[in-house]
Amino acid sequence: MLKIAVIGGRETVMGFKALGLETYPVVDAAEASHTLRELTRENDDYAIIYIEENLAAQLQHEIDKFKDRPTPAIILIPGREGSIGLGQSALKAAVERAVGTNILGD
Amino acid sequence: MAGTAITPTRMVLNQLKGRLKTARRGHKLLKDKRDELMRQFMDVVKLNKQLRTRVEEGLTDAFASLQVASAIMSPEMLEQALLYPRQSVELGLKYKNIMSVNVPQYSFQTKNNDPTEIYPYGFAQTSGELDDALEKMAKVFEDMLELAQVEKTMQLLAEEIEKTRRRVNALEYVMIPELTENIKYISMKLEENENATKVRLLKVKEMVLQDAHNYK
Repeated sequence: MLKIAVIGGRETVMGFKALGLETYPVVDAAEASHTLRELTRENDDYAIIYIEENLAAQLQHEIDKFKDRPTPAIILIPGREGSIGLGQSALKAAVERAVGTNILGD
Repeated sequence: MAGTAITPTRMVLNQLKGRLKTARRGHKLLKDKRDELMRQFMDVVKLNKQLRTRVEEGLTDAFASLQVASAIMSPEMLEQALLYPRQSVELGLKYKNIMSVNVPQYSFQTKNNDPTEIYPYGFAQTSGELDDALEKMAKVFEDMLELAQVEKTMQLLAEEIEKTRRRVNALEYVMIPELTENIKYISMKLEENENATKVRLLKVKEMVLQDAHNYK
């Protein structure tokens, strides 16, 4: 059976813990990067990894590595402060990649 | 490019014609594939956009409730309340094939099917806001799961479209013009050879005739 992980600030992941997800509270991007690497090293145990947006902003490079692989799916979620619009960036990037230009117009 | 490396023989000409035919057919097929992928992709993008908005709104809402809860309760109490989850999630993964792209399909089961089982604490010492926050969280989580599936699908499709588009372009703008050019070159060369032979024969005939009959 596969697992779902949530990486984010301590207060962000707290709520997910109650839902039964595996949570990995981190304090900064460096720790998040380390955690992400740990999680993806063990052979595809995690199918979905949710990462808080403001951490992901500094991990773009690492996250991009998983774009072409079927697992894991790395999904950005807004943090406590609300969305900073980075989650939409994955959408934009994919459209730009497929079409060659941004046709969504925003 | 053209005519430098190819030998102008009939055999090569036939080979090139065969390759051109294959290239044309491949080009058509790949173009169809690209169009269909694109169609699917646009659907997925639309869905993704909706889900993204819904998840972000839902989560912001849930976090706000959690914030309120943490303002009412002491941090230690909150920590304690959420320390041992009663619920656990198991995720199943299957692959669906969309135009030869394997995209993930998640199915998930919670260990406890009772929706009231998401609260891992007794109600006596916690505030009602926490229950609220968790309920919102649980609700938004379903969307989050779907979002994960859709977003991954989108990324995988984007990759495949990019690859297919490159192939279509390579065929259309490089392979096919090059082959046509080479075929043209060979057939011209062959025609030229043929003409040369014809002229030579005429000339020989003339000479032979002159020898035999003392023409002129």
